[in-house]
Amino acid sequence: MIVNVLFYVFGAILVLTALGVITARNPVHCALFLVAAFLNSAVIWLLLQAEFLALTLIVVYVGAVMVLWLFVVMMLDVDVEKLRQGFTRYAPLGALIALIVAAQIGLVVYVRKLGLDETAAAVVDRPADYSNTQELGHLLYTQYLYPFEIAAVILLVAIVAAITLTMRDRPGQKVQDIGKQVAARAKDRVRIVKMDAEAKQ
Amino acid sequence: MIPLSHVLLLSGILFSLSVAGIFINRKNVLLLLMCIELMLLSVNFNFIAFSHHLGDLAGQVFVFFILTVAAAESAIGLAILVVLFRERRSINVEDLDAMRG
Repeated sequence: MIVNVLFYVFGAILVLTALGVITARNPVHCALFLVAAFLNSAVIWLLLQAEFLALTLIVVYVGAVMVLWLFVVMMLDVDVEKLRQGFTRYAPLGALIALIVAAQIGLVVYVRKLGLDETAAAVVDRPADYSNTQELGHLLYTQYLYPFEIAAVILLVAIVAAITLTMRDRPGQKVQDIGKQVAARAKDRVRIVKMDAEAKQ
Repeated sequence: MIPLSHVLLLSGILFSLSVAGIFINRKNVLLLLMCIELMLLSVNFNFIAFSHHLGDLAGQVFVFFILTVAAAESAIGLAILVVLFRERRSINVEDLDAMRG
């Protein structure tokens, strides 16, 4: 029962923070509202017994991706007022579209039902020593091994793409020339001079 | 136990809010990307709810991959945004008309 109450409380906060994301005036506030939305979702995922993913959401999303977002938002010198032109003009349209989409989803869930009632029987209470992380790891490293490898390659591509996109040549930049470094020989750099010992003065 | 339909409805509300966000913030690329993040989050809700109610972990594996792809997407998107701002001094969608025929 307490699980239900917590679900409704955090669900309500989640909807409010999502509203904050789309209506806040300052992009920094939008990003912070998004952080709050992610934290609330993590709590709801915990209630749905997806413990590993809930913690991943906090560590990866709040800890890494949203910090990247905040860096970019604060780095760009954006004229907020100009970007918000037409906000009130399009707000009714946006609200209308949102209502239509929400109504359609509600109709699918409540009128068509899609056999949702039968699935409730399948919910099993896990024993206390059940480890969601271990089970997920089992699945990832056996059945989903190739998709897992592909996900790793996607992350590598993202790293390479992000670095090549943002790298730039400025005049006067001090860079290493790898070819010159490799071609360097010790005899070009060090000159050993034979000489007699000097008398102490 | 949380009813499946309520979780689906919550994710539907989240999704429609982010659709509305795309409509009302249609000039700001930064906010458009944030709304896409919110959409991906609401899709993940569906996967996790069904995974919980069907007792099948495959849904959680999918969420794992969606999180990976979403992180890669936002990293590349933000990199493009930074380059764009450097070139044009603006992230207004209306200024991005270089490919108009």
